[in-house]
Amino acid sequence: MTWEPVIGLEIHVQLKTLTKMFCRCPVGFGAGENTQTCPVCLGFPGALPVMNRQAIEWTILLGLALNCEIAPVAMFSRKHYPYPDLPKGYQISQYDLPSCTNGNVVLPTADGDRVIGIVRAHLEEDAAKTVHVGGRTGRIGGAEYSLIDFNRGGTPLVEIVTEPHLHSADEAKRFLQLLRQTIVELGISDAEMEKGALRADANVSVRPAGSDELRTRTELKNMNSFNFIARGIEAEAERQIAVWESGEEVRQETYDFDAAHGGLTARRAKEEADDYRYFPEPDLVPVEPPAGLVERLRSELPELPAARIRRIEVALDLDRATVLVTGGLDRLWEDTVAAGAGAVAAANVIANSVVGAGVDVDAVAPAELARLVEARERIPRAAFDEAIAKVGDPRFTADLYLAQEAVSDTAELEPIVDAILAANPGQVEAYRGGKEGLLGFFVGQVMKETQGKANARVVSELVRSKLQT
Amino acid sequence: MAISREEVLHVARLARLALTEDEVERLTSELGAILEAVGIVAELDLADVPPTSHPLDLVNVWDEDEPRDSLPLEDVFANAPARDGDLFRVPPTV
Amino acid sequence: MVPVVDTLRLTAEDALDLVERGEVSPAELHASYLEAIGERDGELHAYLRIVESAEGASIPIALKDVISTKGVETTAGSRILSGYVPVFDATVAARCKAAGLTLLGKTNTDEFAMGSSTENSAWGPSRNPWDPSLVPGGSGGGTAAAVSAGLAPWGLGSDTGGSIKQPSALCGNVGLRPTYGTVSRYGVVAFASSLDQVGPVAKTVRDVALLYSIIAGRDSNDSTTVELPEPVQLPDGERLDGLRIGVPKQIESLDAIEPGVRAAFERSLELARELGADVGECDLPTSYRYGMPCYYLVAPAEASSNLARYDGVRYGPRTEAASYDEMVERTRDEGFGAEPKRRIMLGTYALSAGYYDAFYGQAQKVRTLLIREHREALSRFDVIATPTSPTVAFPLGDKAADPLAMYACDLLTIPSCLAGLPGLSIPCGLSDDLPVGLQLLGPQFGENALFRAGHALEQAIGFDTVPMRWRAATESGAR
Repeated sequence: MTWEPVIGLEIHVQLKTLTKMFCRCPVGFGAGENTQTCPVCLGFPGALPVMNRQAIEWTILLGLALNCEIAPVAMFSRKHYPYPDLPKGYQISQYDLPSCTNGNVVLPTADGDRVIGIVRAHLEEDAAKTVHVGGRTGRIGGAEYSLIDFNRGGTPLVEIVTEPHLHSADEAKRFLQLLRQTIVELGISDAEMEKGALRADANVSVRPAGSDELRTRTELKNMNSFNFIARGIEAEAERQIAVWESGEEVRQETYDFDAAHGGLTARRAKEEADDYRYFPEPDLVPVEPPAGLVERLRSELPELPAARIRRIEVALDLDRATVLVTGGLDRLWEDTVAAGAGAVAAANVIANSVVGAGVDVDAVAPAELARLVEARERIPRAAFDEAIAKVGDPRFTADLYLAQEAVSDTAELEPIVDAILAANPGQVEAYRGGKEGLLGFFVGQVMKETQGKANARVVSELVRSKLQT
Repeated sequence: MAISREEVLHVARLARLALTEDEVERLTSELGAILEAVGIVAELDLADVPPTSHPLDLVNVWDEDEPRDSLPLEDVFANAPARDGDLFRVPPTV
Repeated sequence: MVPVVDTLRLTAEDALDLVERGEVSPAELHASYLEAIGERDGELHAYLRIVESAEGASIPIALKDVISTKGVETTAGSRILSGYVPVFDATVAARCKAAGLTLLGKTNTDEFAMGSSTENSAWGPSRNPWDPSLVPGGSGGGTAAAVSAGLAPWGLGSDTGGSIKQPSALCGNVGLRPTYGTVSRYGVVAFASSLDQVGPVAKTVRDVALLYSIIAGRDSNDSTTVELPEPVQLPDGERLDGLRIGVPKQIESLDAIEPGVRAAFERSLELARELGADVGECDLPTSYRYGMPCYYLVAPAEASSNLARYDGVRYGPRTEAASYDEMVERTRDEGFGAEPKRRIMLGTYALSAGYYDAFYGQAQKVRTLLIREHREALSRFDVIATPTSPTVAFPLGDKAADPLAMYACDLLTIPSCLAGLPGLSIPCGLSDDLPVGLQLLGPQFGENALFRAGHALEQAIGFDTVPMRWRAATESGAR
């Protein structure tokens, strides 16, 4: 029997507003512990929340980008649960009247567009940070005490919930990358997973391929990179398949992904399910977005990543287009191609060399980059690499680098090739014995010998023909 | 409408109250009587009546995204039962 | 030498006048009240703590201990806030300060403002200045007792289901529960967020109106506040010509109302007619049958949520334990008294899964009916009149053991609170030598109409706010 994973994602995005959701404490990474707090976000007696208008506007903007319906009336609710990182004993969130519902994200794939449903996007406040200290391993189990920093508490958070429309770990990863790029381009969050500005939990179940049943699902948490998410989902899907195939039933559990071991650890089952006791937040009044606001935000939406992938895919292929768009590189690519570079060549150079050199893509002059792309085969590798490293500098010009010609004269190169082959008889024998990958080794040695000035392709041809006896 | 002892214990857990045995007994009978008195709201057929969560008809009350001074640390911790450096300290959560 | 100031009789307006004319300095006035407190508060226990030094250029004021005062301990009448010293002022406290009013002290309150007698205070009850074996009412019995006993010219209380109006009625002074949203709740220890309002307590309607004008108006720290649509007007009329007063017909058949209270109430209606008012009948059936049940679902539910923050983590005493959960549970069980625990349990239950719709959800709908009922009645009448409390002050200990009997004290004040409407209680007579309060209810933002009606009636009634047992002393001019 073949199985199909069924995956839904719950994503939290920290908005990069200047202040918190319900008070005007500054938001920001790396400040001294508890220095960005006030009676409101500390939950002092008598403190009251006041909404952040920017956060509401950005939530609507995000909802529009996700094709959602924007609620004419949205309301905040209190969600109660007991944990030290929740100073009021409840989190102010949105429950039955969220700001955005019923949207979708179009994920371009090789088999056409996959429409991933978005159930809702709502606004809430982030919890504070709890650090567990002592004990044997420093993890929660066996900790001696816990310490709380309330700086993060109150940061605006948008929670996005997808339908279970994703069917592979890879698809989930690509969906997240596309979503992240969309969020970044809207200017509402830096969405960096390492900083916790983007978090994703996955709900995973499996079913016989082709069926439409929904079996018991588990929840995966604590995966803080795209790769971990993919690995975690894949591991869990495999585990569940094994369970079903052995005749057992999957139980509803929550797992933490452990990056160190690459495995999943089940959380201890709670005695009772959480009863959040939601009710409308009496300290805040409803949000009724003025009609003009929604229309203005809609008109301000840029062309979104998914559409751009399909558009530039025509000149490239889906994978390259996806890499460029989700890496925020496609504008540079378009400009470079417009300046005369070949589509695929430009894509490769930008995605590999330019990114690899850590250059700021917004600082690159496309015309100069185009010239480099065209000359890539002709000029010495060393010259090319140096030019790429500097291509983001102000007033960069490729002139100096283009003046250099790689040595292509076989008469000049042949003796060097012969010398290298003679000096490495073991590798020659191995190559002739089938290890064709060693071609790169020989070419590299010649490049080293010529200080990068040889034409790599010519060298490669020479070596290949000489070894073909 | 009586409330059972089990329900009282369950609610006490949700409410985070470590009730003594005396309290459990007393509350079981007191809450039973009170629930009976307040439970009469169920007599009314209110299917077509919208709930009121805010007595004033206000919407869209919010602030601009402009930072204000946070509390100095001495104020943050002025009443703290347990301070550890610049952090609040509590017993372990599990 | 401290001048002879008769604090028992002095109104806030009188006191302001004295200070303005330079006859008494703010410090001397403050000292006079401290002296009176020294004499009479040992018996009454209206105050939880006193502020010795007068900081301000105007007259003193007492604040209920649910109002955060920067640098001055604020306990909300509870052990769980024992030793808690706020690092910020509630907005109402800041506005009083800005007006130059000097803080005299923090007055006693039922714990977390939950109660009708001040017997639920963790620090011991307050006593009624008219008869110290009786309760002063609650939850704001401290402020009301202080005002009536000449221990403060005026004060601020908080009202959720009647906690300003009922103590004023039982102590024989004037209390206003403002329109919901006209006074900031920022810094006021929250009981029920959609019901709590801070309001003035004083000897006269004019004093109450003046204090209201100092504290009222939109606060950017409280999203549920608005600007007053019209400025506060200090009343000075003597007639009620053209005023339409509606009396709910349900009042007639409410057995809970004592005969003496009913008699005093009816005498005031008579007086109102003599002053030119039209007295008619309105109908509030849902309010009197379902008002209390509705309130005792909505208020405890919101309270259970507002009190969730008292966990021993960031403030208040803590009971140490091996785990966080145990620490929190024991801190709360040891810190909260019986009434808050009762309401937390009730409220948690009303919000819990499976019960929300039948209890909290249903109560929210009943609330809509109450609002409609009051709006309908107030479309035909300018004010609604009822007795404030069904009884006069009762003995300490009388109802403490029976929660439902205690809740019944608020029968007449609760419905308009749920509707967010303002209510003024003025003393209208005596029954068994104890004060009876008349409650006047108005439409949203109808305070000025209430002040006009209340003032005219007050002048005509001529109630002496000095408790009978002290009248001889004050007539001789002693402090």
